[in-house]
Amino acid sequence: MRYAMAVDTKKCVGCSDCVVACQTENNVPIGYCRDWIVEVVDGTYPQLELELRSERCNHCDNAPCVRCCPTGASHILEGGFVMVTPEKCIGCGACITSCPYDARYPHPDGYVDKCTFCMHRVKKGQLPACVATCPTKCMYFGDLDDPASDVSLVLKTRKHKTLIPEAGTKPQLYFLI
Amino acid sequence: MNASIDPQLTIWAWEIPLYLFLGGLAAGILFFAGLYTILGKEKEFPSAIEKTPMVVPFLLVIGLLALFADLNHKMYFWRLYTTIRLESPMSWGAWVLMVVTPVSFIWAAIHLKKSFPKWKWPYVWLDTTEAFFITHKKILAWIMVIYSLILGIYTGILFSAFNARPLWNTSILGPLFLTSGLSTGAALNIIMAKSQHERHSFSKIDLMLIGIELFLIIHIFMGFLASTQVQIDAARLFLGGPYTAPFWILVVFFGMILPGILEFLELRNYKIPVLIPALLVIAGGLLFRFIWTFAGQASRWLY
Repeated sequence: MRYAMAVDTKKCVGCSDCVVACQTENNVPIGYCRDWIVEVVDGTYPQLELELRSERCNHCDNAPCVRCCPTGASHILEGGFVMVTPEKCIGCGACITSCPYDARYPHPDGYVDKCTFCMHRVKKGQLPACVATCPTKCMYFGDLDDPASDVSLVLKTRKHKTLIPEAGTKPQLYFLI
Repeated sequence: MNASIDPQLTIWAWEIPLYLFLGGLAAGILFFAGLYTILGKEKEFPSAIEKTPMVVPFLLVIGLLALFADLNHKMYFWRLYTTIRLESPMSWGAWVLMVVTPVSFIWAAIHLKKSFPKWKWPYVWLDTTEAFFITHKKILAWIMVIYSLILGIYTGILFSAFNARPLWNTSILGPLFLTSGLSTGAALNIIMAKSQHERHSFSKIDLMLIGIELFLIIHIFMGFLASTQVQIDAARLFLGGPYTAPFWILVVFFGMILPGILEFLELRNYKIPVLIPALLVIAGGLLFRFIWTFAGQASRWLY
């Protein structure tokens, strides 16, 4: 089992519904977010290209945050969920520093917080809150080991990329381009 | 906007660089104390073995308090000591401190009577413990030499293990921080030395260490400039970017080159108060850690 997410940059309109859905679902403290929108403008006027990406933790296969955690609070669960156990986290910031995607933040309660791929929902057979909420249905989630899953099917047919694969993290958040 | 993440990482403030400096300085002092004890040079280097290590417990306690201050989830700090994670430099750094700190206290305690001749332990068992450690001083010295080297190099490895921060992600950083730590340790020994022989010995050692540091700094930038775009960008923070003046003027010139020249002239019998180059080296070491910590957080992958 290997859960992954794909975001269609051609369909995303950057409305931030995914951000708000996540904040609501996961009780994210005010002023913080686990997912966010990135707008990249490329080219020279009038030949401009805009890419919109809903970004979050990449739930990397080779996660530097898990490697550098001194207490084992950061860990990977079956299915590839990169998680933090608040009762083990000392809030040293090593994982925050180690993430090339800046996907983690210090929760005001002291521990480090991040996207969980909404594991609590996935375990119940539901989609992550961001995916379920997206009004343009630009996000796909599922098991890469299941060839019939939404994410497997879309990655089979669409051209896609991951963010800075050269950082060696083996990210599992795909962007359809 | 996540606080201390956006728009630029600022998760580590003064606590981490202060600790890295104090850890390096402590490592330098313990290394020389252990080394000269093993070599049987107690008579030649009494200050380095007996006097200077008195400050190490204070340095390490202040450093540990700084580390504790840096933690956001403070009441769970003990979790560091319920696991050993060899993949995590911070984990084995925490365990190395678990060895070095008590050893530094023991070393200071068994030399207390040299600095304070009237000192008396309040309990007999403390006298027997002291006698036990004095008879096993050579073993302590070996532990100090080995663990101080690990402590000194680990402060750099802690940073170099972060591939997400291109400025830190270089294997030169371990040896560079170790050399800088040894240099600040040698500088403190220059200040504490009573005899000219001991002072001049440490001046020579410090000159050599400054030379190695300069070599490693040139080496680190050569490596960056020959590397990928992210490391070229990291180097540019120091080559025209915001850290250019503070680093090259304050750290490299006032913290290495100038004290090197002054130490050299003093060795040539020019009348120069050794306090000046020694303090410059120590201040340069402190500033180096601060600049590298902040600049590292400003360096990142772009995508």
